[in-house]
Amino acid sequence: MIKVYINDKAYDVPEGITIMQAATIAGYKIPSLCYHPRLSLFGGCRVCIVEVEGMKNFVASCAYPIRDGMKIHTNTEAIREARKEIVELILDNHPQDCNICKRNGICELQNLARVIGVERRDYEGARKMYEKDEASPSITNDQQKCVLCGRCVRVCAEIQDVHAIDFTSRGINTRISNAFDMSFKESVCTTCGQCVNVCPTATLMEKSCVDEVFAALNDKSKVKIAQIAPSVRVAIGEYFGIKPGQNWEKETTAALRKLGFDYVFDTQFTADLTIMEEGSEFLDRLQNGGVLPMITSCSSAWMKAMEQFYQDLIPNVSTCRSPMSMLSSITKTYFAEKMKIDPKNIVNVAVMCCIAKKYEAQRPELMIDGMQMTDFVLTTRELGKMIKSAGINFPDIKGEEFDSPLGMSSGAGTIFGATGGVMEAALRTAYELATGKTLGDIDIQAARGTKGIKEGKVDVGGTEVRFAVASGLGNVEKLLNEVRKDKSKYHFIEIMACPGGCVGGGGQPYAGLGAEPFDVNLLKIRAQALYDNDKGKMIRKSHENPDIKKLYDEFFGKPLSEKSHKLLHTHYKEHFPKGIIPKRPNNGEITTEEKECNKCQTTNKKN
Amino acid sequence: MSDNKQKELKNYIEQYLKKEDGDSYLIAVLHKAQELYGFLSRETMEFVAQEMNIPTSTIWGVATFYHYFNLKPRGKYIISVCMGTACYVKGAAEIMGALKEELGIKEGETTKDMLFTLQEARCLGACGLAPLIMINGKIHGDLTPKKIAELIKEYRNKG
Repeated sequence: MIKVYINDKAYDVPEGITIMQAATIAGYKIPSLCYHPRLSLFGGCRVCIVEVEGMKNFVASCAYPIRDGMKIHTNTEAIREARKEIVELILDNHPQDCNICKRNGICELQNLARVIGVERRDYEGARKMYEKDEASPSITNDQQKCVLCGRCVRVCAEIQDVHAIDFTSRGINTRISNAFDMSFKESVCTTCGQCVNVCPTATLMEKSCVDEVFAALNDKSKVKIAQIAPSVRVAIGEYFGIKPGQNWEKETTAALRKLGFDYVFDTQFTADLTIMEEGSEFLDRLQNGGVLPMITSCSSAWMKAMEQFYQDLIPNVSTCRSPMSMLSSITKTYFAEKMKIDPKNIVNVAVMCCIAKKYEAQRPELMIDGMQMTDFVLTTRELGKMIKSAGINFPDIKGEEFDSPLGMSSGAGTIFGATGGVMEAALRTAYELATGKTLGDIDIQAARGTKGIKEGKVDVGGTEVRFAVASGLGNVEKLLNEVRKDKSKYHFIEIMACPGGCVGGGGQPYAGLGAEPFDVNLLKIRAQALYDNDKGKMIRKSHENPDIKKLYDEFFGKPLSEKSHKLLHTHYKEHFPKGIIPKRPNNGEITTEEKECNKCQTTNKKN
Repeated sequence: MSDNKQKELKNYIEQYLKKEDGDSYLIAVLHKAQELYGFLSRETMEFVAQEMNIPTSTIWGVATFYHYFNLKPRGKYIISVCMGTACYVKGAAEIMGALKEELGIKEGETTKDMLFTLQEARCLGACGLAPLIMINGKIHGDLTPKKIAELIKEYRNKG
């Protein structure tokens, strides 16, 4: 411990930390912009400057290490003035259109300007002008609003290891762009949306479909069906400024009905269905010498990453559609038949914690008889916006239950939202399907927690099943490089593209003002709300869900049946966006036929 | 991409990859690539990305940061118009205007026949000859818009 003086008061702080960290210990939150505790130091915005006695210039507190006896001032007149000037200069090259901006009221830059006390515009200089990039189904990029804090560049490189974007050009022309100024649609971007989560302005945002959904809701000729993902219900409260960690499932269902949806179903129902299909696929591979390790397929950004960066592992990936796509398939087939509705008149709206799901919904591989199954995907943020916009008094409304029969779920379906949840849910079912015995302790602790890579083993009917769980594409790369070296290391691998799993998805509410985006504690709290919900449920295993049993009895027959392959499974293709040169082993051309065969053995075999 | 040039670039990259911080030689490699091809095409940058295992977005960032790197093919003759103080006072803007008209391109562009590339330069250090331009390292001074037309004709005839 060393002694530092902050604003004339002495504090004992550990050696080796920065001025900003010492100030935090002392109870000060120094304003900052480019700084993020989980990303590398950038020191680019200079908003966090402080005065250190004996130093000629102000120093950036995020990057400057403390020394014994250092005398620091965080709030002198000179500092306040300089900080204000810095923010004024940042704002000068920023469109002053706050009141018609999509982040009005939930913007970090706007908040910073208010906190710092910027109340006037003294500078009027050259403005940068760029076209908006709106080509991607998931992400929009409005470079006119960018303040070049570089958080998106760092999260993409350091946490996700995708390196889709970087600083381009120099001086006033500096901008954030994909390689060769490609749009987000053409680039290697996996659409995970972590850049959107950390963006302090409206530069990087989800491609909104709020207007389209409102229009569909007002179309009397359509049957409007909503579904919500597990992680949405434990985070949507934050959009309304409520403390995180509470489950708003019933209130969200009620709000969706008030918005005009005819049926509100639960993605957790098809999470249970996913477990039936994926668990059976796993057992099939395990018992009949199929390709192992099997890798889960529910994360849409992982789907895109896999087709671009891990083509060699395509045979390992489960052919199961994501729970969202399974539910959409069922509503336009099973449910439509049952209710005698023409599937063409059904509008499926999925409320997801994710912006990659917007990309997934448009994947041609998921079309059935030429029809897109999921029509619109809304993020948690977009639903929050719609609820506010429609004047619904959330969350002070009476809670309602999901519609039957696609609304009931087990606890296993609930925990899909947290990293390790799919693995835990799958093992609960796989164990009982394989052994015919009841699993004693169904809480699989090794799969829980916010650690980026987890591993464990479970005895399934005499076979020791070794599993691994990775969340965040950077961790995924580490894990899968190990797997490439030793394919027998694991039998079953769960992959989630976002840190912490879906609870940390790119479509979740922005961290409250003053809180950090993808803060580990916040992810833990959201995940805990899911685990608490699981614990409180009577049915905690997917195969015990009575509505799932009914669905198989009435419609699918059994898992991996011909019908389920058509509606619940998919296939993957190698994909080389610009910037990646296809690597051909032995320099030999792989023909399309060969690719078709080795990519989805199960699907092809059964079809 | 001609195979010999690509081979040479590959060999050049390999000598750096043996070093501990091989990828810090990116700028040297891009210099070499430009020397070989005259400019950095998307294909060249993708090739460098793959050989050096550096993201294309990073390479694009570096290539767009330094003015030295050309992202488009350049003409046989590079015309640099001095815009230094002395030349400017003596009418560099008119010289530039005459060149633009004569060649039918803007500064930074290359003529369709790939003969001329037009660019601005800061003081070229021959103020006594102002206003002046440099064509592939050769200085032409005491210019007037009329002389420009003759000069360009001369180079056109040379081909």
